[in-house]
Amino acid sequence: MSTTTEATPQETVVGGQAPTQRRRRRPLGSSGWSTYLVLALLALIYIMPFLIQVATSFKTEPEAAVNPIGLIPHNWTTAAYERLFKHSDYALWTMNSAIVTVFVTLGRVFFDSLAGYALARIQFRGRSMVFVLLIAVMAVPGVVLLIPKFLVISQLGIYDSYVGMIVPLLADAAGVFIMKNFFESIPPSIEEQARIDGAGTFRTFWSIVLPMAAPAVMTITILSFQGSWNELNHFIVSTQSPRLTVLTKGVAQLVSGQLSQGTQYPLKLGAAALMTIPVAVVFFVFQRRIMNASAGAVKE
Amino acid sequence: MTTRGSRPARAGLGNKARQEFAGWIFISPVVLLLGLFLLVPVLMAAWVSVSDWSGQGSPLSSDVSFVGAENYTRILFGGGLDTQDFGTSLRNNLYYVVLVVPLQTALALGLAVLVSKRLLKARGFFRTAFYFPSVTSSVAITALWLFLFNASGVVNKILSWVSIDGPNWFSDPRGVLHLLLGVVGIDTAPPALANGEFLGISWWEWLAGPSVAMSAFVLMAIFTTSGTFMLLFIAALQNIGPEMEEAATIDRANAWQRFRYITLPMLKPTMFTVITLGLIGTWQVFDQIYTGTQGGPAKTTLTPAYLSFNAAFNQNDWGEGAAIAFILFAIIVFFTLVQRWILRDRDKVTSTRDPRATAAAVEAER
Repeated sequence: MSTTTEATPQETVVGGQAPTQRRRRRPLGSSGWSTYLVLALLALIYIMPFLIQVATSFKTEPEAAVNPIGLIPHNWTTAAYERLFKHSDYALWTMNSAIVTVFVTLGRVFFDSLAGYALARIQFRGRSMVFVLLIAVMAVPGVVLLIPKFLVISQLGIYDSYVGMIVPLLADAAGVFIMKNFFESIPPSIEEQARIDGAGTFRTFWSIVLPMAAPAVMTITILSFQGSWNELNHFIVSTQSPRLTVLTKGVAQLVSGQLSQGTQYPLKLGAAALMTIPVAVVFFVFQRRIMNASAGAVKE
Repeated sequence: MTTRGSRPARAGLGNKARQEFAGWIFISPVVLLLGLFLLVPVLMAAWVSVSDWSGQGSPLSSDVSFVGAENYTRILFGGGLDTQDFGTSLRNNLYYVVLVVPLQTALALGLAVLVSKRLLKARGFFRTAFYFPSVTSSVAITALWLFLFNASGVVNKILSWVSIDGPNWFSDPRGVLHLLLGVVGIDTAPPALANGEFLGISWWEWLAGPSVAMSAFVLMAIFTTSGTFMLLFIAALQNIGPEMEEAATIDRANAWQRFRYITLPMLKPTMFTVITLGLIGTWQVFDQIYTGTQGGPAKTTLTPAYLSFNAAFNQNDWGEGAAIAFILFAIIVFFTLVQRWILRDRDKVTSTRDPRATAAAVEAER
């Protein structure tokens, strides 16, 4: 990715270590085969449910009940999806989720990196106090905040609005933490250079340091995207009206039978499968970055 | 500092003030947002938990009055339905924690060790397979789980291949421990257990174990979180490096000895992180219950988190809801401290410089 062209000193070091880690490959012995067997079985257990889910969403309701395992529907039908889009607000829920996710992700990336930079680099009074508070805030379990969040949101008069859905999610302590740690790993000499050339603090941050933090920014982006797309309880306590329902809330109501009667497994599983696609796409596009240590995503 | 001499006059004291100003400008959005939507709410809920606010108007208005610890005592010592429900939810969640935390930690470690073998081919594929459930939302996974575990669902079909007549998972309130005791002929409570009680439910009920329905949630939690924690363990295993293991191999340590005496001790900090995050996460099961069972069948999947939500938002008993939330908070703090004490010494948390490890930790917290 773009980071490789702007290699920082650390990355060069990482690159330099790489060859020593790449060693000769012996074939796996007899114990190797049992490893593969165990892994294959486990992988099957982890993947199978999702294949069954997609297959079931294309089945008729009776077939889903009689033959839950079959991966190829006898009577291939898209009835579940048609009903989802024609007789429910699925499209509206998707739009709401998309709106919220875009704003929350952009906001988090910007605010978290600003704060992370200040905590890592700028000397100001109260910095250590802010940091301690940040850690404390991370320790408060989210569920404890269910009721209080509703109280504040309704007191501020932003209950049941996009503002109430988006603004409280714009900053997250964990993201600040990740950015701070990353900024600390960038050598200060680079900023000194910019400062000598007369750049102000924001300018230094925006055009010098932030571009160098691309791996961390990417991490925050992925996390924020996943986090806000999958968020449920904040929207339960901040909204009420059907026109502001997001996917998680809508599908949860669909699944728990609040909107309809009967089992309707193809419909429910189709709804769940569709809502998984965006996070799945992000995951598969960026999985090297998420999963692979040698891809340059990891400093140190 | 060394550059100051060569700079114009404004770079002197002014520079420091400017830094001070910039620092606060940079940090203020986050401080403001977190203060407004985390700190203020907690303080407000603390007030509500000791007040008689009924959900009408502002909790800060003058017709809301202070009732002291009334909400707390009603839940903890009242002996009525509130106490019973709380006791039940605590029992349910306790079994959930006791089963999920060790199993997910062990499975995550096992997966990490397997996919970290240096000679393994296709490890990218395996890592992806194990991690994928972690990126999907709890709502979507619950929908899937309700299907897999329904009476004539996939799981029971597979069980029937080995002639096991599977239960109707999500509508079965029978406790697993009670079922096991039934196998050895103990079907009713011995008098000693039937008479004594704690938090409104008898000791016999405390010993019910997780219900069949809750067991399905236990399996779901293990399925969805093991991949995330696997990432943390992989990162830690990579930090250990192959040299150690090679040295031990030369000393003729076998695979198990190498794992037990070299790898495991070095993984202790990560183990600490994983267990802490696991405890925090499992004590606040909410999404799954909201989407799946709403506490049923027979309240055997009721959890304190869902009970708190239900008390406030469905029954308008805000004081009680807030009080339950704070008791839950206290429980989480207590368990975290106990765990800290048990795993004390060398309790350095995983290298947080590694954004991937931190990211996985953050993800796991949800």
